[in-house]
Amino acid sequence: MYMSSIETTGHDKPHATFDTKPIWRTFWILLAITLLELTLATIHMKWGFPPKYVLNGMYLILTCAKAFYIIAEFMHLRHEIKNMIMTIAVPACLFIWFIIAFLWDGASYNNLRNRYDRHYADQNKIKVEQPAEKPGKPE
Amino acid sequence: MAQAVPAGQKWWSGGKSPFNVEYGKLMMWYFLMSDSFTFGAFLISYGSIRFATNGWPNPNDVFKAFPGFGETNMPLVFVSLMTFILIMSSVTMVLAVAAGHNSDQKKVTFYMILTILGGLAFLSCQAWEWTHLHEEGAWWGRNPFPNADGSRATTNFTNFFFTITGFHGFHVFSGVVINIIMLIKNLRGDFARRGHYLMIEKAGLYWHFVDLVWVFVFTCFYLL
Repeated sequence: MYMSSIETTGHDKPHATFDTKPIWRTFWILLAITLLELTLATIHMKWGFPPKYVLNGMYLILTCAKAFYIIAEFMHLRHEIKNMIMTIAVPACLFIWFIIAFLWDGASYNNLRNRYDRHYADQNKIKVEQPAEKPGKPE
Repeated sequence: MAQAVPAGQKWWSGGKSPFNVEYGKLMMWYFLMSDSFTFGAFLISYGSIRFATNGWPNPNDVFKAFPGFGETNMPLVFVSLMTFILIMSSVTMVLAVAAGHNSDQKKVTFYMILTILGGLAFLSCQAWEWTHLHEEGAWWGRNPFPNADGSRATTNFTNFFFTITGFHGFHVFSGVVINIIMLIKNLRGDFARRGHYLMIEKAGLYWHFVDLVWVFVFTCFYLL
């Protein structure tokens, strides 16, 4: 227990009071964002508006906002010192490359197969017998 | 920011933690970092495969049941309930951590019990959802749901769904076990004797991480 005997400045110590107001504020924000996502999804289901790709962009932004609030407030990272924030935030930036590279690769593979593999491209034109029927009903 | 750090503090000159957190808490952060890349790899491979496929089932046609409502078409309702349960249990977890800061043993017990109940409720919801989908004929290697455009779907959809929600559910399960251990230690008075509740904070970090992953699973499988 070498490191734990080293002094830290503050909130690890029990006597520091901990305000519960920001917790509930974060809760309401998370709930509001989730409800907004559900509202958007419902509107899209009913009227087909906004278009799906616009909707997906909004979902991604809202998801990142939720992730920010959970990490910053619930996991308390926003209140740590800069060194601590950076040791988490900098490696996490790998995700930017990770997501772009692999989605790009997937899309490229799909394009190549649609262009050069006739059988693969035709598969998508075959419809299941009764698409209107409830999926998953045992035959 | 929230703490009094002396101006011009030299963090790297030795003698103190340059991250200003306790060792175990830092290691929990690094563990969660590695775990986030595991989940990231799962979700990104899901995305990659989805981008490499012409059609994909519409989640609103697949996840539309609610317990006790039979065949009623209720897309998104059940998963919203699950999301709400998990956010709520995250809140009670922070409240337990806050109570720990104030060395309030009774309140820690109370909020830990609520957190555990939330975790169990979430697991029950997931068990019901899996059972329901299995009854509809979905499982690893079996996908009864056609693509949104009516063409035949591959089994990638169900494979990814069960693998990723299963892996997440396993995390929730281990989180509940950890929280139960923390509750028992708190009831025995271990933390009160030690003078701090840092263990509650570490368990809390793990629990919030489980909630964080669910945010992404929710978006990837139920919304997009």
